[in-house]
Formats: sequence, C-alpha cells, structure tokens
Amino acid sequence: MKLRLIRRDSASRIAMFTAPVLALVLTCLASLILFAALGKDAGAALHALLLKPFLSWYSFSEVLLKMAPLLLIAQGLAIGFRANVFNIGAEGQFIVGALCASALPVYYPDGDFPMMLPAMIAFGALGGTVYALIAAALRTRFGASEILVTLMLALIAVQILNYLLLGPWKDPRGFNFPQTVMFPDNAMLPILFDGTRTNISLLFALLASVFAYLMMQHHFRGYQLRTAGLAPRAALYAGFSAPRMVWLGLGLGGLAAGIAGASEVAGPLGQLQRSVTSGYGYAAIIVAYVGGLNPLGIIASSFLISVIYIGGDSATVSAGLPVAAVEVFQGLLLFFYLLTFTLIRFRIEFDRKVPA
Amino acid sequence: MSGLEFLLAGTLAASLPLLLAALGEMVVEKTGLLNLGLEGMMAIGAAIAFICVFHTGSHVLGFAAAALISTVIAMLFAILVIGVKANEVAAGLAIGVLGLGLSALFGKSYESRTISGLPKIDIPILSDVPLIGPTLLTQDIVVWLAVLGTMALWWVLNRTKLGLIIAAVGENADAARSIGYPVVLIRMCAVAFGGAMCGLAGAYASTVYTPLWADGMIAGRGWIALALVVFGTWQTGRVAFGALLFGILSLGELTAQAMGVGLPSQVLSSLPYLVTILMLVVISRRRSCPTLPP
Repeated sequence: MKLRLIRRDSASRIAMFTAPVLALVLTCLASLILFAALGKDAGAALHALLLKPFLSWYSFSEVLLKMAPLLLIAQGLAIGFRANVFNIGAEGQFIVGALCASALPVYYPDGDFPMMLPAMIAFGALGGTVYALIAAALRTRFGASEILVTLMLALIAVQILNYLLLGPWKDPRGFNFPQTVMFPDNAMLPILFDGTRTNISLLFALLASVFAYLMMQHHFRGYQLRTAGLAPRAALYAGFSAPRMVWLGLGLGGLAAGIAGASEVAGPLGQLQRSVTSGYGYAAIIVAYVGGLNPLGIIASSFLISVIYIGGDSATVSAGLPVAAVEVFQGLLLFFYLLTFTLIRFRIEFDRKVPA
Repeated sequence: MSGLEFLLAGTLAASLPLLLAALGEMVVEKTGLLNLGLEGMMAIGAAIAFICVFHTGSHVLGFAAAALISTVIAMLFAILVIGVKANEVAAGLAIGVLGLGLSALFGKSYESRTISGLPKIDIPILSDVPLIGPTLLTQDIVVWLAVLGTMALWWVLNRTKLGLIIAAVGENADAARSIGYPVVLIRMCAVAFGGAMCGLAGAYASTVYTPLWADGMIAGRGWIALALVVFGTWQTGRVAFGALLFGILSLGELTAQAMGVGLPSQVLSSLPYLVTILMLVVISRRRSCPTLPP
C-alpha cells in the first residue's frame, strides 16, 4: 500500500481556516517542549509570547506599531508570490526606502518646509520600487532568477547602509555612533493614538490591504496575476504578458517595502540607524505565507507575528528567554503552516494493489 | 607578517566555510532543488559544534554533531519540499529562520566562552618552500581534508554513474523517474548531504577559524555560499576557485590594504553579491540552468 498526494480541484474552505490554526497549535506545542528542554519555564514563556501583549494598552499599541510594516510589506510581496514572482529581498527594498527617505532630513536638517514628510514617503516609495525593478529588468531581459537577484541586492543594500552610516551621513555630534542626525518634527509621521508610538503608517498598511483585496479578488489584473501563478501556460495562451506580471509583482512589492522603510525612519526610529535592518523584509515573507497569500489572511497573520514580536520582548524579562525565541517561533510557524497547508491543496489517497 | 603573507596564510581558512557550504548546496541544486536555508543550517551547526567541543574537547565529535544536527534541519526542508510539495522558497526560509533562532537559543549561555582551535600542521619539505611554505602550505588538518574532499566530489560528479544520475534527476526528473532512477531518494540524499556540509562549514567557523561562539557569527556566509554556487556555474572546480576568491574578499580591509586600494571595505564586501548578479545575467543568457525558473 502506498500513500499518494492528490491535488484537489478546489481548496476546501474549512481547511483554509484550520491549516493556520493547526499550525499555530503545533508551533505552541513544539516551542513548549523546546523551552522546557532548555530548562526555561515553558508556561511563563508561552504566556509572555501570546498573552502579555494584550494585557496593557501600551503593549497592544506596540503590536499595532510592529504590524504596520509587516502588513504593508507582506501585502506587496503576496501579490508577486501569487504570480510566482519570488521577491525574497524585500529587506533590501525596505532599507533603500529608508535611505531615500532619510536623504531629505539628513541634507536639510533644519528644513521646515511643509512638504518634508510627504516628500520623504514619496522618495522611499520610489527608491524601494526602483530597487526591486532592477530584478524585474534582469529577469525579463536576461532571464536572471529574481530569487537570487533580489537576495543579492538586499545584501548589497546593507553594505550601502553601513557605508553611509559610518561615512558621509554619520551625525557629527553623535559620539561616533553609526547613525544620522535625529529628524526634525516635520519629518515625523503623526501619532495615531496619544501616548503611544503607533503612527499613521498603520493606515497605509490597511489601505494597502484594501487595495490588494480589490485588485486580487475583483480586478482583471489580479485575475491575470493569479492565473500566471497557478497555470503559467494557460496565462500564456490567454495572451497575458508574462514580463508584465514580473514587473508588476516586483514593482508592487518594492513599492510597499519602500514606503514601509520610509515609515520606519520617520516613525519609531526618528533617524537612520543600523537597527533599520531588523529583518522585517524577511519576516514579511513568513507573514505572507502564513496568511495564505490572501489579503484578508495576511491581516490576521501580520497581527499574530507582531504579537509574537512584542511578546518575545517581554518573554526575555519574565521567562529568561533570549530574543531568538521569536525567530524559532516564526520558523516553526512557517514550517508547520507549510506542512498543514498540504491539507488544503491535496488529499491523501491510499494506493492498493488490486489483485489481477 | 606582511599583508601578502597574511593573505596567503589566511585565505584557505577563510574560504573553507564558504567552500563546504557551497559544495553541499551545489549538489542540492544539481538535483533540481533550491535550499535557501544555508545561513541557518550553518549557524546551528556552528553552535552545536562549539557546545560539543566546549564540553568534550573533541573536535571530531564537534564536527560530527554539527553535521548531524544540520542534516536533521535539512530533512525538515526535505519533508516540506519533497514530501508534501510545499514551495521551496518558503520552505528554505522557514528552516533558515529556524536554524538561526535555534543557534542563538542553544548558544546563549556559551557566549564569550572560548575553546582551543586546531593546530597548523608542519608538513616536512612543503613547509620549507620559501614564502608559501610557512603560510599557504601550513594549514590545519580540516583544510587538507577539504581539499581531498573537493577532489573526491569532483570525481563522483564527473566520473561516476552516481554523478550522471544526479545530473539526470536535475535536468529532467520525469525522464529520470521513467527510466527507473529513484528520484525522491536521490533528492533526499542530496538535501541531507547539503545539510551535513553546512554543518561542517559552521563547525569549522566556530571551532577552528575563530574558536568562539557569538550570536550571528555566521554573518552572511551562508548567503555568500549560495551566491558562490551560481558564480561557480554548478561546477566543483569553479565553485572551489570562487570560494578562494570570495574568501580573500571576506578578509575585507586586510585585502584592501594588501592590494593598496583605498576603497571603502563595504565595496569589497558587496563584490561577491555584485559579481553573482553579473554571473546570473551572463549564465541565464547563455543557457537556462536546470534548477532555477527561467
């Protein structure tokens, strides 16, 4: 008797909801075992990771702050992923977006022109888009794999950031720290709720979600993108331009990551510093997949991953867990999601040898 | 020690983690898969090797444990990609993040501890050669084993039936399956081999090259190894050559001083990535690689 995986004609709706929930449960179980094996108080760790963020308004607002870039980038990436355009270097587009946005306050630290903030966001959006489109150009013109090109570009972006922060952009009065001057007030995003750090970038992210939903589910372009991903040949025969899907998939991913990068320096950081490379670009890939590449699912998954980030911070204090526990949790979550996702796409069939 | 002597002495050791990880990934990609989790597999290998050597004092055990744990992590990738046909990009990232996280988790209490590395071996006659004798030709045992291993891998891939089968699986899995080659088994073994090699690479980095554990000590070498496979156009000799080249570059500012160029070190650090993009463009124009989407 052999096991066989048979592709379902249509994904079962119940499975679509149960897969992520099951993945979360399995992740919790696995991390409980892992933390206990390390001699930590596993219960306290899980409590800190998943519940603490909800226990005070401030920590909940921090969840919303984290959620903004993750949600924004993931929505952009998912559009590409659904068309089989794999932009793995959102981290790079995020950094370039942050760089471009920072150029304004760095060169005009006293510039009190009213358009400062909108211009920064526009610069960031442009920078992120252009940086992603390099990969689109190389893919459509030469056939170079966008997986590797975007990844390499992300690694180069980190070096550009290091160069600027250690050299020309270093704050002359910053005690030699690798960071720029603090941005003036008019270069900062307005705060959404008083007394918190949550800013209007959350609205950008929600807007992007609405846009992604309308485009992917209700617009012809979204249909083309999805077809290109599910059945590349069918898309070809239907006359959908494959290069256009690549440009669109990468461009929108870069755009979203660029805006997120700009919002990061104009938001919680308030300056360009090394910690801008905190891995949102990579975490957003996890968010996109765990959200089932679905605009609504991604809202839920970005919230979950943000909770774990903030919970991870408090777990370092209350359960003595290293910050890396968050990475472990994210890795396990994606692993189990990809595993349980099989339940959606395939059904398991037993091959029985039929006696002749 | 002059800059040149330093480079001659240090390049092989600096290249070694890149070489091992890249050769492992090369075999994986030759069977038609792409595992992006190198960085994580190297990190967990490095952490486990360090912990093992710290407690037992045995480098042999350290390397073995590293190879084992990284193979286990690689098998998670195999389960996802070969077993349930999940997206390989996402699967590679999942185990990459997991490996990095686990390495930091396990290594936490060993930070700033040190162990002793491996001695450099004086080989009679060879070490008396002027200039390169005491530098290039005086290396630790792992370097020499890696040189032999690289030759052995070249032989297997280019001169044996197994090498042909691996190539066949990568070029056209369906055809390979229809003439009776065990595609799934070959791929499983390739992924396991890739994991083990990453483990060894990490072990060398944390217990020989710089015998200490620090979170994030792999520092992007997994990504460079991934780039290296493309740079070497999936050929053992070229990958080995590329590893040497990238190894020199990774010595960064020292290389810049030795070459007498006044470039910022970030330019040198970016070179492997830039060259890889260039290689991708050149290769993809000429022929489509078996592993990557067109």
